[in-house]
Amino acid sequence: MSSHGIRDQVAIVGMGCTPFGEHWDKSADDLLIESSSAALASAGVPLDDVDAFWLGTMGSGLSGLTLSRPLKIDYKPVTRVENFCATGSEAFRNACYAVASGAYDTAMAIGVEKLKDSGYSGLVVAAPANDGTSVTITAPASFSFLAPAYAKKYGVDEAEMKDVLTRIAWKNHRNGALNPRAQFRKEVPKETIACSPLVAGPLGIFDCSGVSDGSAAAIVVRAEDAHKYTDTPLFVKALSFVAGPAAGPIDPSYDYTSFVEVVRSAQDAYRQAGITDPRAELAMAEVHDCFTPTELVLMEDLGFAERGMGWKEVLAGTFDLDGELPVNPDGGLKSFGHPIGASGLRMLFEAWLQLRGEAGPRQVKVEGRKNRALTHNLGGAPGACVSFVSVVGRELG
Amino acid sequence: MRGIVSYSAYLPYRRLQRSAITAALGQGGGRGARSVASYDEDTTSMGVEAARLALAAAPDGAVPGLVSFATTEPAYLDKTNANALHAALGLPAHVGAYDVVGSVRSNVAACLLAEAHDGLAVVSDIRTGLPGGGDEANGGDAAVALLYGEGDAVLAHGIGGATATAEFVDRWRTPGDAASRQWEERFGEHAYLPLVEAAVTDALKSAGLTAGELDHVVLAGLHSRAVKAAAKVVGARPEALADDLSAQVGNPGAAQALLVLADVLDRAQPDQVIAVVQLADGCDVWLLRTTDAIASYRPAVSVRDQIAATRDDLTYASFLTWRGFLRREPPRRPEPERPAAPPSLRSTAWKYGLIGSRDEAGFVHLPPARVSMASGDIDHMTPVRMADTKATIATFSIDRLAYSLSPPVVAAVIDFDGGGRFQCELTDVDPASVAIGDRVEMTFRRLYTTDGVHNYFWKARPLRSAP
Repeated sequence: MSSHGIRDQVAIVGMGCTPFGEHWDKSADDLLIESSSAALASAGVPLDDVDAFWLGTMGSGLSGLTLSRPLKIDYKPVTRVENFCATGSEAFRNACYAVASGAYDTAMAIGVEKLKDSGYSGLVVAAPANDGTSVTITAPASFSFLAPAYAKKYGVDEAEMKDVLTRIAWKNHRNGALNPRAQFRKEVPKETIACSPLVAGPLGIFDCSGVSDGSAAAIVVRAEDAHKYTDTPLFVKALSFVAGPAAGPIDPSYDYTSFVEVVRSAQDAYRQAGITDPRAELAMAEVHDCFTPTELVLMEDLGFAERGMGWKEVLAGTFDLDGELPVNPDGGLKSFGHPIGASGLRMLFEAWLQLRGEAGPRQVKVEGRKNRALTHNLGGAPGACVSFVSVVGRELG
Repeated sequence: MRGIVSYSAYLPYRRLQRSAITAALGQGGGRGARSVASYDEDTTSMGVEAARLALAAAPDGAVPGLVSFATTEPAYLDKTNANALHAALGLPAHVGAYDVVGSVRSNVAACLLAEAHDGLAVVSDIRTGLPGGGDEANGGDAAVALLYGEGDAVLAHGIGGATATAEFVDRWRTPGDAASRQWEERFGEHAYLPLVEAAVTDALKSAGLTAGELDHVVLAGLHSRAVKAAAKVVGARPEALADDLSAQVGNPGAAQALLVLADVLDRAQPDQVIAVVQLADGCDVWLLRTTDAIASYRPAVSVRDQIAATRDDLTYASFLTWRGFLRREPPRRPEPERPAAPPSLRSTAWKYGLIGSRDEAGFVHLPPARVSMASGDIDHMTPVRMADTKATIATFSIDRLAYSLSPPVVAAVIDFDGGGRFQCELTDVDPASVAIGDRVEMTFRRLYTTDGVHNYFWKARPLRSAP
């Protein structure tokens, strides 16, 4: 494998993130202006000093004009990217590579999504003209395949499984209650979660992430220039992105208890970052908790728990804010909703706050070997997805 | 000798107790039950199911000379509905496919055409009427397919027949109307009975038979009063009169005569004479004699076994919804896009024939792929038809958010016997009873209709209990 990575070549020197929620009074333009302005201010960089832009959005606009028009960008390269629900992370990854290549000194990665303007429940994706043969099941249904498969494979009974999924939602809402940018900012009792109306399979409404609008942005520069902008930059340790052959839906050996794409992207990212024991070496992780069973399976795919043990670790509080490895300390997709293009950058924004000690009541311990953060973002469905993993840290080396 | 070499009826899974109509409306209804095409069925998709069953029981290698399709409820006008059957059956392009649609009597034309060309006649109908009316309660939904051929395989062959045609207004429906209308009942009886008498007399004469020599008499027609009176006109032995299945199925219009014929053939002995008498804008009489071959013929599934395998607990509200008489609040989700014609043409084998691809190592790709997932080889594939292969549910989900005319959608991942995984919808299923490991079979359905384009594709359903 020759995925060499760009460890310590690029640094984040500024970030911005809007509150996520039902922004009836704001357009995608407004959200882009808000997050980009915050990121630029955070880095102390005027817009004119940014050499190139990567914009992630799935459905809120086509082409670089989606960003250059509202920001009145002065004839610069703006690339619009889309990679399912990992779109925001993909914008970041490409901006980092552009800087690492030497092509540009300063780049902006920015993501935005206005989901609430569609008027529909859940996520709506327009498919290209097709023959009408693909099954029209929704995202919660395709992710709900994970829960019974996992329970069956590891002998978890139905009630225990419900407790595990409920606890994941409960933990993320609890974290989100401490976050002024979250869409949902209050704790939700476990009984409310467990008894919420069913959406798909065993998943109730509270097992699903919300639908919201939001935007987040990052300014990246070469690592050697980072301290010109801030005393506390974050260095990019690893960026991995994997698209699989979409084997799950056609391969009878796929058992819906793992995302192969996540396993591969995590392995790649850990190798790039030099991480051998993620649980001991990460201060926190932001993961793609689109539905509660997703987070459960991710704990194993990302190497935070042994195979078949993730559910016990969840119940033991390993991934709580004060646990051994806090997962989704900002509240995750569960508390933020999932404006597609913005989510990956929103995850990085939490790493930015936490590793710099700016997370207030949500602050996790960043000490010793535990001085790096991971973000994980996926798009698609179990068995057929794209997966992104990044590792960032506050020190070089 | 030319005649019927295989046949099958198809009855939809659901039946409506007529008492459910009475309970809801305080009128209409009656005793017994009527069959009801599911929300995802139309006359074309039901025709495919009947044709698949008939071909499954046909002599090995039998390829119909043509497909003729009759119904009073065509899914399309202008566009030939028989072509969807042709595609779903995977028939070669040189086999013709023709509609003869609109009236009940078009079933006669479909059979004459098929008989002349060793073809497959498919008659399919969905019958209802305005809520509370007799057509609603007494109608039925069914499809029947007859394959004609020659030689030792012939189960029953024509030995005579006659027709009597007359123009009069008894029952009519303007295209687009949801229900048909009928003149005063006694007038129809007046118009029909002389025609029955003429046709029956001529038919018996053509075969050199007397009414007493008829072993089975199939009487069919939407004018039930005239049909009842016609029994006396025919003058056959009372025990020869076939059960018209109105108590279990109802009257499936154009499909009634062949449905009752199929039920008769299920039980007929060699060397028996069957008379089919249909009252529809005149009277048509066919006389058939069974052969020795019928003793060893095994239908894919008999009419009675199909009735036994169906459920009669459909709610009247579902029935009204499925037939378009009750407009329900849709989920807050976009309606599906219409299938696009060019990609549908490119994937005809997959969309209609459920034909995937098998690589050299035996791995089945569904939908068909050009690149092998295992080896990466390009275009080293052979086509493999999955429509008649049974499968097992690997996992499933009850999707309460997805758009459907009959929520919730039951989505399943199924593994075919002998290889091949496929994600599809389940139909004819009680969501509460689905389990991993359940056995399923494929069924051709109309998934939805957008902009007037019917989206036909395959779903899986629990195995109908074997006879």
